[in-house]
Amino acid sequence: MFPELNNLLNTTPDRAEQGKLTLLCDANTDGSFLVHHFLSFYLKANCKVCFVALIQSFSHYNIVGQKLGVSLTVARECGQLVFLEGLKSSVDVFFRAQAEPHPLQFLREANAENLQPLYEFVREALKPVDDGEAAWRCPVLLVDDLSVLLSLGMGAVAVLDFIHYCRATVCWERKGNIVALVHDSGDTEDEENNILLNGLSHQSHLILRAEGLPTGFCRDVHGQLRILWRTPSQPTTQRDRSLTYQYKIQDKSVSFFAKGMSPAVL
Amino acid sequence: MAAVATCGTGAGSTGSMVAAGGKNNVTSFQRRGPRASGSDSSYSRLVSIAGTRPSVRNGQLLVSTGLPALDQLLGGGLAVGTVLLIEEDKYNIYSSLLFKYFLAEGIINGHTLLVASAKEDPADILQELPAPLLDDNVKKDFDEDACNHKTAESNIKMKIAWRYQLLPKMEQAGPVSSSRFGHYYDASKKMPQELIEASKWHGFFSPEKSSSTLNIEPCSLTHGYIKLLQFIQNIIYEEGFDGSNPQKKQKNILRIGIQNLGSPLWGDDICCTENGNSHSLTKFLYVLRGLLRTSLSACMITMPTHLIQNKAIISRVTNLSDTVVGLESFIGSERETNPLYKDYHGLIHIRQIPRLNNLIYDVSDVKDLAFKLKKKLFTIEWVQDNYLRQERNIYPPGFSYLLKQKDSAWGEGSLQHSTFLMSFLAKATAFASRLVRHSEPLEQTGSGRALQAAGPRLWRDGRRQEAPGLLVTPP
Repeated sequence: MFPELNNLLNTTPDRAEQGKLTLLCDANTDGSFLVHHFLSFYLKANCKVCFVALIQSFSHYNIVGQKLGVSLTVARECGQLVFLEGLKSSVDVFFRAQAEPHPLQFLREANAENLQPLYEFVREALKPVDDGEAAWRCPVLLVDDLSVLLSLGMGAVAVLDFIHYCRATVCWERKGNIVALVHDSGDTEDEENNILLNGLSHQSHLILRAEGLPTGFCRDVHGQLRILWRTPSQPTTQRDRSLTYQYKIQDKSVSFFAKGMSPAVL
Repeated sequence: MAAVATCGTGAGSTGSMVAAGGKNNVTSFQRRGPRASGSDSSYSRLVSIAGTRPSVRNGQLLVSTGLPALDQLLGGGLAVGTVLLIEEDKYNIYSSLLFKYFLAEGIINGHTLLVASAKEDPADILQELPAPLLDDNVKKDFDEDACNHKTAESNIKMKIAWRYQLLPKMEQAGPVSSSRFGHYYDASKKMPQELIEASKWHGFFSPEKSSSTLNIEPCSLTHGYIKLLQFIQNIIYEEGFDGSNPQKKQKNILRIGIQNLGSPLWGDDICCTENGNSHSLTKFLYVLRGLLRTSLSACMITMPTHLIQNKAIISRVTNLSDTVVGLESFIGSERETNPLYKDYHGLIHIRQIPRLNNLIYDVSDVKDLAFKLKKKLFTIEWVQDNYLRQERNIYPPGFSYLLKQKDSAWGEGSLQHSTFLMSFLAKATAFASRLVRHSEPLEQTGSGRALQAAGPRLWRDGRRQEAPGLLVTPP
């Protein structure tokens, strides 16, 4: 986790909020550093995390996690982390018929209707421990990323339904959190992606949007981060609070500064 | 000039890195913790594979793409387990050349090849590979120790430009094993037949394989893609590239080359209609990447993205690939006659570089790159080099200019080069300055650190001067 981002979001691992849906969005840049931040944040906050990693392999997140101070292998072994590795499982699902329903079963099917097997997997993974005492603080679902599900043949509505079911179970029933990454396609007319992004934006409590600089590439400022706090259930009598920062990604951390105040320029 | 200096140090550092690599196949920047496994014994096993080297930044195992210039732009080479997507140029001239360089590099390094095409028979593709540049007329001119002590060579001076002074040392007899990382190829000659025959390769020619039966339920992938995935998975499993077969300890890399993926010859209609089968190609890429991540292989795909009707698919394909490089050739476009691009054959755009095992990635600062294919060598240069050579005639120093950021000849308009350019062009403001015709105060371009003030002598004789158009403002 990045301490500077914690300051901006006004949270610490001890005081993590519950029952929130956080949307991570990137446009013209790579927003995966936000995923690494939240993964290490919730692991440090002693929450039970279910990570649906569809884009990269386990070792990638593990190595970056070690730089940020968490060990995913240890977390997985002691049961704090349930990791669904999309790339590896997709090979198994695609080439060999599975006996029981697999969360990524839609890869085999021509017209998969919904993501129910995936939802069942998440529900099973974040089931509260039966013996009554809460070993972990709250369940967290982390998805990296949802736009890949669109590329794999699911419709935007199916993905929205999946998030809705997960929200009902994880956020409302079990008072946990959901963090999901969606790519913003920007100029290209990816309608399904826009439907998904708009639908999720209206449901989420916190939106973090990483954008590339409009002037193009810069070595010292890698992009701009917009933070938007929302209250989706209440009518917007009060304005949603929004902040914009620019950032530079370094080897083990990300530094944030106000717009135009990059240390390289000052 | 600053530009030349950076390119120089770039080439020099690659040279020094490769020189050290040539000595014992392990660079001095040795890092623990490779991607595939963590134990030291398997790390040394991985390092000893011919034609690979660990990345400086994260210990990732890299293979050469066949073009040392491209390797440098991609941060040292192509990472094992990843996909390099080449967006083809309009007439598929230079992308097929890059494809051949990739395969030729595999043959020189002794890697196993898997060539898949729907247009040409893989055997024919292999016959047309370029020959490696032999160095019997070459003397090496190193800054440090020569990278190959064992071959004491002739002392003929090399008359090629200083950037290309590091040429491979090819042994004439037997299977060619070179301890260098990247090699140069002569596009005008063909690879010797004995090298091709000594190599191990598998070919997938889509028209031939389409008749056999499927044993996968019909999913939304087209027939050709399913057969190709099965073929690749079969080779990986049979030859032990994924480490699952305990009998076969594979110490080699599988180079997969797929040509013209997405074209109608594969049975896919995304290049024909806008509402075609939009998930077939993306699903294929996803499963392919899954196969690559769990095996010792690297893949290069060329794709005619300029033909894809639905632009959303291009962005999805880009997100599903690791490294994406776009080629844009000048043939037939108006840039062919632009004096800015004289001597160059096209532009090369590095659209995406992966961040593997890391938060940051190796990205070169240079964004406007052009390539040219002189008789022997495919070279990639910063187009500003040419610009600065030629445009000094059109924009002589001593005048102040308004630099257009948008729609400029540069394409991206990065903060950095505009500041550099302004500092370069605005050399001597003490001279009489004629301003470009403008009606508002000068816009602040660049980082804003240097205030672009109106030059002296704008107001002369109480009237505002307008220079006769040195720079014609487009309407």
